[in-house]
Amino acid sequence: MAQTADPLYLRDASQRIAPWRNERVRSVAFQLAIVAVVVAIVAFFASNASENLRRQGIPVGFGFLTREAAFEIGNKLIPYSPSDSYGWALVVGLVNTLVVSAVGIVLATLLGFVIGLARLSTNWLVSRLALIYVEFFRNTPLILQLFVWWDVLRISAPPDREAWRPLPGVFISLRGVTFPVPIYQTVYAWAGIAALAGAVAAILFSRWSARRRERTGQGLPSFWIGLALVLMPPILVFLAGGAPLELDVPKLLRFGFSGGETITPEFAALLFGLIVYTAAYIGEIVRGGIQAVSRGQLEAARALGLTRGQMLRLVVIPQAVRVIMPPLTSEYLNLIKNSSLAVAIGFADFNSIGNTIINQTGQAIEGYAIIAAVYLLINIPTSLLMNLYNRYMALVER
Amino acid sequence: MNGAATRALDIGSSYRWARVNLFNSWFSALLTVAIVLALVRLVPPIINWAVLRASVNAPNIGVCHESGGACWAFITDWYRFLLFGRFPYDQQWRPAAVIVIFVALLLASCDRRLMGRGLAVLWILGLACVGVLMWGGVFGMPLVETDLWNGLPLTLILAVGGIALSFPLALLLALGRRSAMPAVRALSVGYIEIVRGLPFIVWLFMGVVMVPLFLPPNFFIPKLWRLEIVFILFIAAYVAEVVRGGLQAIPRGQFEASAALGLGYWRQMRLVVLPQALGISIPPLVGTFIGAFKDTALVTTVGFFDLLQDATVGMNDPTWRGAYVEAYAFVALIYFVFCYFMSRYSRYIETRLGKGRR
Repeated sequence: MAQTADPLYLRDASQRIAPWRNERVRSVAFQLAIVAVVVAIVAFFASNASENLRRQGIPVGFGFLTREAAFEIGNKLIPYSPSDSYGWALVVGLVNTLVVSAVGIVLATLLGFVIGLARLSTNWLVSRLALIYVEFFRNTPLILQLFVWWDVLRISAPPDREAWRPLPGVFISLRGVTFPVPIYQTVYAWAGIAALAGAVAAILFSRWSARRRERTGQGLPSFWIGLALVLMPPILVFLAGGAPLELDVPKLLRFGFSGGETITPEFAALLFGLIVYTAAYIGEIVRGGIQAVSRGQLEAARALGLTRGQMLRLVVIPQAVRVIMPPLTSEYLNLIKNSSLAVAIGFADFNSIGNTIINQTGQAIEGYAIIAAVYLLINIPTSLLMNLYNRYMALVER
Repeated sequence: MNGAATRALDIGSSYRWARVNLFNSWFSALLTVAIVLALVRLVPPIINWAVLRASVNAPNIGVCHESGGACWAFITDWYRFLLFGRFPYDQQWRPAAVIVIFVALLLASCDRRLMGRGLAVLWILGLACVGVLMWGGVFGMPLVETDLWNGLPLTLILAVGGIALSFPLALLLALGRRSAMPAVRALSVGYIEIVRGLPFIVWLFMGVVMVPLFLPPNFFIPKLWRLEIVFILFIAAYVAEVVRGGLQAIPRGQFEASAALGLGYWRQMRLVVLPQALGISIPPLVGTFIGAFKDTALVTTVGFFDLLQDATVGMNDPTWRGAYVEAYAFVALIYFVFCYFMSRYSRYIETRLGKGRR
C-alpha cells in the first residue's frame, strides 16, 4: 500500500535517516514481533497440552485408527460392521457427508433457481409466495427447521400401512421415506458415454461457429445445435438399446415395503432441511444477480435488434452469472458445512462419527485434526479459487 | 349513489390490477388458478388447527387433543421456562429486563443520529447493566450462576455480546489481510480461512472438549465464557471478511490523499478509510449478525439451555408430551421477529446508501 511503497523522492534520503524511522526496518521489526507473539502463544498452548496428555496418560498418535470401532452406524451407504476399524468408520461418515452434500447441492440449486425466478415473476401471487418462502426459511435457524422435519418424520408420520403418498410410488412413514429407483441397465453406461462424446462435440462446434461468425459475420443457431449435440446421442443410444426403462417400485406388504429404496427419517430430514433452507438463499442470489444487470444493458440490447432469446443468452445471463457465481459457490460451501448439523438429529455424518470416536478413545487432538483437515481440504481450494476470481473481478483502478 | 360509483370504480381498478398482476399471460393465469386452488385446500385446515380449534387454557395435552387443535395452553403454561430456562423463578424479572435492554440497544443502534461515541458509551453502560442484572450479588439481588443463564437472554448475550466484542479483532484481521507486510497478511489470511473453513458446530465441540486440554492444569473457565470466547473468535473471521469487502470498495485516491496530508497508517485508517468502509459494510454486517444470531441455536448440541433446548425440555414434560409443533412455533416466532426486523433494517440502509451515492 501507499505508505510502504518507498516512493522515489525518499529513496536517497532513506539511506541517511535513523533506522527506527526507516519504513523498511520498522516493517520488518513489526512483523518479527508479531510472529514472535504468535509463536509464543502457540508454544504456550502446546506445552500445556503435552503436559495434560502426559498426566491423563493418553498416548499421542494416529495408531487408534486401525483399532476396532465397535459401534454401529445407522445410515451406511458402503459396507460397514462394528468389527471394522475406526479409520473405516470415518470413511463411511465421509461418504455420508459427501452424498448428502452432492444431492443437496443439485436439488437446492434447482429449487433455488425456481424460487429466484418466482421472486421476479410478474404474477403477484407467485412473487408474493416466493417472498414469504424466502423470508420464513432465512429468518429461522436451520437446526430448528431440522428438528421440525425430524419430529414430523419420527412422531407425526403414520405407520407403514397408512403411509403418506405425496407422489405415486413414494411412501412416507415412521420407517422413513421409500421411493422407486430405476433398475440399472448396461445401456445406461453407453448412453452416458454417448452424452460425454456429445458434450465434447458441442464444445468443439461452438468454438468453430464462434470463429466462423467472427470471420464471416454469419451466425448459426449455435445454442440449439449444441443442445441437440449433447442430448441426441444418449437418446439415440437409449432407443437403439430397446428403451429399457424399469423402475423398482416399492410395494406395501404385510410387514413393510418390498422394493425401492428406503432412507431413514434422519437422512430424509437432513437432506430435506438442507435443500429447503439453502434454496431460500440461492433464490435471493439468483434474483440479485438478474436484477444487477442494469436497465441500460437491456435497452442497448433491444436497440441492437437482438431477439428476446439472444438478449437473455448474450447480455443478461453472462452478466448475471458473473454476479451469481461467487455467492453461489460460497452457498454450496455453506451447505457442506451445514450438513455437520447431522449430529443434532442423529445422522452419522463425518463430523458426528468423528465425535463418537473422540468420545470413545479420548484422542481429541488427533480426532479434531482429522475433522479439520477434511473440511479444510474441501473448503480451502474452493476459497482460493474464489479469491482469484474476486481479484480478477475487483474494482480495477490504474 | 356516490358510494355505488366509487365501488364501481374500485371494481374497475381491481379488475385492471388483476389483469396486469395475475392474468397477464396464459401461463400466469394457469399459475394463479393453481395457487388459488392449493391455498383453498391448505389454508382453512391450518386456520382451523391454529385458531378455531386451539386450546389456550387446557390443563394437559390430552384435553387439547380432544378439541383437535393446537395446544397453545402449553405455551401459556410454560412460556417463562421457554424464555428464561432454569433462572430462579422469583428472580425472572431480571432476565426480562435484560431482554428489554438488549432490544433498546439494538433499536438505538439503528438510529443514525446516535452513531459515534455516544453510542459506544450507551453500549458499555447497557452491557454493564446486563452483567449486574444477570449476576446479581449486589443491590439485594441474589447471585445467579452462569449455568442458570438460559433461554433468550443466553441467545442475546452470545449473539449481541459476541458480535460487539469480535469487532476489534475483526478490524485488525481485515486491515491485516490488506496489509503490505507479508507476515501480517499471511497470519490474517490463515486465521480467516481456517476459521471459516470449518463448520461452527466443529468449533463448538472443540471449544467444549479441547480447550481445557490447552490450558494450564487447575486453570478453569466457566463453560459460558468458554462458549462466548469460541463465538467471538468465530464471528471475528466473518466480520473481518465483510469489513475487507468495505475496504476494497474505497477508491485508492482516498488512501493517497490521506497519505499526502501526512497522516500515519493508523490515523489514515481511523480518520479517513474505516469510517467510509464501515458505513458501506453495514448491510452485510447485519447479514453476518443475523447468521450469528441463528447460530446461537447450535449451542443446544453442547448442552446449553438456549431457547431450543428449553423447548425440547418442555415438549418432553409428561403433561405436555408431544406438543412439539407448538413449542417449535414459539421458538421460531422469536427468532423470526428478531431476524426479520434486522433484515428489514439492512434493506433500509441499503436503499439509503444507494440514494446517497447517486
